Amino acid sequence: MSDVRNLREIRAIIARHKLGDLIFLVTGLLVLMIAVLTFIALFSHMLIDGLPRLSWDFFTSFPSRRPGSAGILSAWVGTTLVMIVTAAAAVPLGVGAGIYLEEYASKNILTEIIEINVTNLAGVPSIIYGLLALSLFVHQLGFGQSILSAGLALALLILPIVIVATREAIRAIPVTIREGAYALGATKWQTVSDHLLPYSAAGILTGIIIGLARAIGETAPVITIGALTFIAFLPPSPFKEEFPYISFEWLMAPFTVMPIQMFNWVSRPEEAFQVNAAAAGLVLVIMTLTMNALAIYLRYRMRKNLKW
Amino acid sequence: MCEGLSRNCNISIILFRPFQWFYFKVQFPVTVRRSDNTSESSTLGYNYRRHLSERFIEALLFLMAFVSVAITLAIVVMLVTESLSFFEHVSLWEFLTDTQWTPLFDNAHYGILPLVSGTVVSSAVALLVAIPMGTITAIYLSEFAPFTVREVAKPFLELLGGVPTVVYGYFALLFVTPLLQKIFPELPGFSLLSAGLVMGIMIIPYVSSMAEDAMRAVPMHLREGSYAMGATRFQTAVRVVMPGAFSGIAAAYILGISRAVGETMVVAIAAGMQPNLTWNPMEPAATITAYIVQVSLGDLPHGSIGYQTIFAAGLTLLLITLVFNIIGHLLRKRFREVY
Repeated sequence: MSDVRNLREIRAIIARHKLGDLIFLVTGLLVLMIAVLTFIALFSHMLIDGLPRLSWDFFTSFPSRRPGSAGILSAWVGTTLVMIVTAAAAVPLGVGAGIYLEEYASKNILTEIIEINVTNLAGVPSIIYGLLALSLFVHQLGFGQSILSAGLALALLILPIVIVATREAIRAIPVTIREGAYALGATKWQTVSDHLLPYSAAGILTGIIIGLARAIGETAPVITIGALTFIAFLPPSPFKEEFPYISFEWLMAPFTVMPIQMFNWVSRPEEAFQVNAAAAGLVLVIMTLTMNALAIYLRYRMRKNLKW
Repeated sequence: MCEGLSRNCNISIILFRPFQWFYFKVQFPVTVRRSDNTSESSTLGYNYRRHLSERFIEALLFLMAFVSVAITLAIVVMLVTESLSFFEHVSLWEFLTDTQWTPLFDNAHYGILPLVSGTVVSSAVALLVAIPMGTITAIYLSEFAPFTVREVAKPFLELLGGVPTVVYGYFALLFVTPLLQKIFPELPGFSLLSAGLVMGIMIIPYVSSMAEDAMRAVPMHLREGSYAMGATRFQTAVRVVMPGAFSGIAAAYILGISRAVGETMVVAIAAGMQPNLTWNPMEPAATITAYIVQVSLGDLPHGSIGYQTIFAAGLTLLLITLVFNIIGHLLRKRFREVY
């Protein structure tokens, strides 16, 4: 008799515990759904407001006082040029630093300082990089409020991302590859450039794309440098008619970028400008999402294909 | 090498052409060796040159790695020197205790408190959203979710984290604030509440992905032991996995806090730019970051006191994040589990 009661109690306890599990399972799904729904709300809100504004003219017009004829030409050109500078600075520096830390660095205090530093830099608020760029690039080095200053500021910002991605990609290569190369008489740099870099290229590329996607969307540091919000002209063309054919005048030109253009429109009281903001936001989101999706896809492929 | 990596190879060729060009230059001595293979001295010379170029490359790579340290030094030096000239005009005491922040008015007051209160309130609202939701998401994804759900949800959360913050600001101002105004009709157009809520949603992916990584690093046999004792999944997750991953979860929270404190665009757009000493999230107030943005949008002359205020504000911001990072470091050290 008491056994039966005992069994019932045990079953009740088990049922209660299972209910607890179930409740958490539902809660977890709900929370995840909230995140998904927020994203859908965000995207559809922008889509509904902004899509009617998206036309060829929107991409080929300068910003204007009349919201109906304003466009994002100077913004997307500015973003593209800034990204070129950012990539040109952050990729070699980040990949080089990653290689050094993973392959060359001996275990000493200096290495540890550098490693702690990279971790800490990733946690520094982005606007602080803007202040650094304002003081160092704009005033002390005299680059002015230019594309060069903005590109370098964003390069510093994404440097930790590129370094960490490079290190992880190189670390994933088994040590046998290195030993094989050394056994054949390769030097360290030959091993790195002929084997480690090609094998880790996809991983490094993933990191670079994620970093650049982050840089495209960053607004605060670029505002701090003093990017103008209203620019109705393009920077000088990088290509010239006469000899050397390439000019770097654009590096020093004033500019605006996509997020700043959007910020400018959002902060205006007129509703018509907010429609423009929605359209610019849509372009911006599609750009960053495409880049992030590309990075995720690359990583997925890499995981599937890579078998050492 | 290309069989195993098929498609990746094309990328590598495009991406690392500069390196390979460099490598050809470095490898140049090899031809010398081939042409004059027998001579002992030239082999020695070749080895010497090879050694030299290797050292050169190592030094170059070291300099690249050292840039990160240089950046940190530059940030500290720059913030401190610019702030020092600010503190020549304004006493530290006034900076820390004055309850008004009106550096651009005729009757200038330089009290950082209103900006700090705005930052604290908006971050608190954000963390009230992000920490519970991020933790639940992390537990769900690491302990409960079936494989397919995780494979879909993780990239999705990552995408959510990749949306530019200015877009979240737009969302907070034009979607969340009107929605909240239906519930609280007295809510003003700019408020710390809506900025904080959206910031919280924005931070969820950071917190959840880092916490989940930490939980998944807890070895399986601990879970199996727990199941063998008759514990349910939820009990195992909360009493075995979470304590085991505590240091990683703490790091995730700290990251969330630094994100919230340093976040700029959402608050600049949705919380207003008026410094306001308040602890009420229903009011508009500027944060430290929003103030820096506001000043930068204007055109203050280099070296003026207004220009220096943004560096003093930036230094305050950096110190706040530094304190949290140190706490995080101590927590990690104290509770680190080694498996």
